[in-house]
Amino acid sequence: MSEVTVQGGQEVVGVSRIEGPIIVVEGGANVSYDEVVEIQDSRGQLRRGRVLEVGEGYAVVQAFAGSTGLSIDGTRVRFLGTTLHIPVAEEMLGRIFDGLGNPIDGGPEPLTDHYADVNGQPINPTARIYPRDYIQTGISTIDGVNTLLRGQKLPLFSGAGLPHDQLAAQIVRQATLGKVAGAPPTEGEEFAIVFAAMGVKNDVAEYFRRSFTESGALTRVAMFLNLADDPPVERIVTPRAALTLAEYLAYQCDMHVLVVLTDMTNYGEALRQISNVRGEVPSRKGYPGYLYSDLASMYERTGRIRTSKGSITQIPILTMPNDDITHPMPDLTGYITEGQIVLGRELNFAGIYPPVAVLPSLSRLMKDGIGKNRTREDHPRWGAQLYAAYARTQDVRALASVIGEEELSDVDQKYLRFGRAFEREFVNQSFTENRTIERTLEIGWKLLSILPKKELTRVTLDEIAQYYKGDDAAN
Amino acid sequence: MSEEIGKITWISGPVVRARGSRHVGMLELVEVGVDRLVGEVIGLKGDQMTIQVYEETAGMQTGAPVYGTGLPLSVELGPGLIQSIYDGVQRPLPLIEQAMGSFINRGAHFDPINREKKWKYTPKVKVGDEIQGGAIIGIAMETDTLEHRVMLNPDDSGTITWVAPAGDYTVIDPIAKLKMGKEEKTLTMLQRWPVRRARPFTNRRPANIPLITGQRILDTFFPVAKGGAAGIPGPFGSGKTVTQHSIAKWADAEIIVYIGCGERGNEMTEVLQEFPHLIDPRTGRPLMERTVLIANTSNMPVAAREASIYTGITIAEYYRDMGYHVALMADSTSRWAEALREVSGRLEEMPAEEGYPAYLAARLAEFYERAGYVNNLNGSQGSVSIVGAVSPPGGDFSEPVTQHTKRFIRCFWALDKSLASARHFPAINWLDSYSEYLEDVAGWWREKTGKDWLVMRNRAMELLSEESRLSQIVKLVGPDALPYTERMVLETTRLIREGLLQQNATESVDAYSSVEKQIRMLELVLYFHERGMSIVKRGAPINLIHDLPVVDTIIRAKSTVTNEELHKFDEIQKQIDDQMGQLDAEYRS
Ligand SMILES: Nc1ncnc2c1ncn2[C@@H]1O[C@H](COP(=O)(O)OP(=O)(O)OP(=O)(O)O)[C@@H](O)[C@H]1O
Ligand SMILES: [Mg+2]
Repeated sequence: MSEVTVQGGQEVVGVSRIEGPIIVVEGGANVSYDEVVEIQDSRGQLRRGRVLEVGEGYAVVQAFAGSTGLSIDGTRVRFLGTTLHIPVAEEMLGRIFDGLGNPIDGGPEPLTDHYADVNGQPINPTARIYPRDYIQTGISTIDGVNTLLRGQKLPLFSGAGLPHDQLAAQIVRQATLGKVAGAPPTEGEEFAIVFAAMGVKNDVAEYFRRSFTESGALTRVAMFLNLADDPPVERIVTPRAALTLAEYLAYQCDMHVLVVLTDMTNYGEALRQISNVRGEVPSRKGYPGYLYSDLASMYERTGRIRTSKGSITQIPILTMPNDDITHPMPDLTGYITEGQIVLGRELNFAGIYPPVAVLPSLSRLMKDGIGKNRTREDHPRWGAQLYAAYARTQDVRALASVIGEEELSDVDQKYLRFGRAFEREFVNQSFTENRTIERTLEIGWKLLSILPKKELTRVTLDEIAQYYKGDDAAN
Repeated sequence: MSEEIGKITWISGPVVRARGSRHVGMLELVEVGVDRLVGEVIGLKGDQMTIQVYEETAGMQTGAPVYGTGLPLSVELGPGLIQSIYDGVQRPLPLIEQAMGSFINRGAHFDPINREKKWKYTPKVKVGDEIQGGAIIGIAMETDTLEHRVMLNPDDSGTITWVAPAGDYTVIDPIAKLKMGKEEKTLTMLQRWPVRRARPFTNRRPANIPLITGQRILDTFFPVAKGGAAGIPGPFGSGKTVTQHSIAKWADAEIIVYIGCGERGNEMTEVLQEFPHLIDPRTGRPLMERTVLIANTSNMPVAAREASIYTGITIAEYYRDMGYHVALMADSTSRWAEALREVSGRLEEMPAEEGYPAYLAARLAEFYERAGYVNNLNGSQGSVSIVGAVSPPGGDFSEPVTQHTKRFIRCFWALDKSLASARHFPAINWLDSYSEYLEDVAGWWREKTGKDWLVMRNRAMELLSEESRLSQIVKLVGPDALPYTERMVLETTRLIREGLLQQNATESVDAYSSVEKQIRMLELVLYFHERGMSIVKRGAPINLIHDLPVVDTIIRAKSTVTNEELHKFDEIQKQIDDQMGQLDAEYRS
């Protein structure tokens, strides 16, 4: 438990009810909604909490570190008169904090006059700049068919045991500002990275730390860690604290910030737990009815604004319980974010890395960041063609499993070949392979050339004339 | 004017309770706390009132005052609405940005309609005229091409005693005086209307003119009538927003009201940045000059999200009253329903299905009932068409919002995840969708194109449902087992799917198809089918049809033939004749 300085504010001695992380305090006057409190147990230990509801003469408080060790009479609650704020400063890059933003790397408190409300404020839609600059991640399934833009929120939907951490680490390591195909490589501005862990094991946090160290990024990373054995309720604050720093870096210091949040499913569970203890009416699977708005209040803290050169790009990671994409966490996330990268178990079994299930994956902003003068003119149609062909492959596979491969028509056989090659050559790449956009486009055309020309109705005839290399090229 | 009517006793998120006066009205607009945040009274019990607050309540204290206004939640109506972007309770977002910077702070109070701007005004009444509610009293030019018909408030009527001469006036300058009984009232271009009350009209007209959207799967296959209501449900990423943006861009309505209700900030920014640069083909003016935007994004206060739908529909009705065709888009009605649920939950009301309050269906009905093609009080005719997006959890259409919505709409555009993942856009499933306006608008098509659209449309639908039956068989035994005549159906439906139904919203030629282009394409595909069928019936192998070069030409026609070069379809038809004619000759002998 970190040290918290006791400041002024009214203090109430004794509480009237304790239930899970929820404490009911009677006798405070003029308590404000969402105010921060300091809770002192009978041995003088301090922990922090937040007001969830105020009524006449009582307040419902949520203790971030839980209520273990608190007693009815021996607990003192001090109302601090403000909502939860954390310090924000450029020098927080290179540092490690707990889930509430207190340093845990042995270093000093950040020296700054800037304190910001962890809840943030909604960006006025008129103040936004629509994202258009693509980020080259060097990964074909992203750059090619699910392009990520600066200022986009693009989650990874994964499952237990799938390599989402590796993929996120690879994205962070390789991300640079994209360039037009054929243009000389540019020294892309480096990203600042804000990393928030919610309820993940220590090895996961350690994995990321090592990966940042190895790529020399550690001085550009701020880590907020709420690990599996840390108090679950703190998880409600962790992503917000991380985003508060990210906003400061992006909008006050003009930096391009990549925010990685893992694992949002654990966040959701903490929220559900509090909601259940409070006896709120649940919507689906016990999650509160406001889960959508709650998630949006974090995911929407992404983007670009006109008064700053910086940007916030978010990559939340979610493990889908039972690999179920309709579970409320991935479902509501998908409804808020600008697409999703879905990892698939079958591809993973087949030894494909990264096991990106292309069909359910999507980048909604892609259309605005690619094409002529951005990547290459054929890129949008080329992408749609790969999708259409790969979707057709799935139908053909289903048919083949019924009637046998030999019975398939010539064209369908070609689809099968295409599908296999697509997974092995396009989706599959090594953890260290950093493909240029040209290379990705080239592989795609090579694969499309397996199919007869007549099948390629998504690309233009000119594009076929220029890039198609198949047997069929002559006709 | 506002006086203190009570003190706050309880706060939980957007819901606040206060105790005080017993004279507060249900649904009265109030100001809450020292920051005077806007709220609305949603429950009364003795001296206790329950208030939903339209702004973030963090930091608000019990014991703080609540002020009454004596008025219900209302919108301001008058010239200056067009091209505006408001939050859910009609606060102008650009002014909030000017005053507070890039982030929305609390306690903003701005006039929704500019008080200083002058409009070129021409009176349409003279002294001595007896006028009724809704009467047009003058015209202000709201844009270079849009006549803003200034109307008498529907609740008023009387005799004109004074009229301002034609000239430039602000919305608060007097433009006429009206004697109502003993009272004389000064009229301005500005009026208020309570958002939860539908604006009155004389009577409904049959909705028999289609709202042309330029989207082939909508206009040709599942049309919505002007004054009709359509629902567009679909899982995330299936194309609700893109479809609604396309309608907002291309629909042949005179006014567009677009409500971003609990959705993404970037999507509103996209509209704001794109619409001023897109030209409305009908007026030659930027699309923004017919558009009003309401943006209450997912991270903005949830109670204002609930209000945004009403703010939008009231503005839409106001332009309808002038005699315009208005199309309203609401993205997404599910987020609005969730706002209802959230407030209801905080009130600890008895939940019905999935935590939604029991009055969910009634509220949805009220909203969709405000669509209509009507005779206005002033004798003009206008319409409000509603297109509501629905975001069912897990994409499961059996959930309450989708199910109840279905009861109140007559046009259902069902989006399909598997079509979207195959990048078949718009991913509207043609077997699950329906329109109940088909017969109603058939006359319009006949008059407009001289062709029997409905017969052709139904023929195409028949082929598509035949395809669905056949593909079940193909899945079991492969296509080779089918007779050529059935495989001919599959050849044609491929053309229908890839050539007609698929339409790329991001591609300039394909984004908008004129009615003439749509009917030509439909005709062409059916012609291909009839000719092909007669040839395979004579024993020609199907692959000869499949391999005809014209097949590719037809599929590509949507993006190679512009709306201005429809004669090119004659050339394509000639190619069909030439290529099929050859086969025909071969297999005739
Ligand atoms: N007609 C279309 N033409 C081209 N692309 C389309 C079309 N419709 C949808 N898309 C693609 O699908 C993506 C998702 O569409 P959209 O954002 O409209 O989904 P949505 O149903 O509104 O999802 P959500 O419920 O999460 O808001 C778009 O970003 C675009 O890439
Ligand atoms: Mg959408």
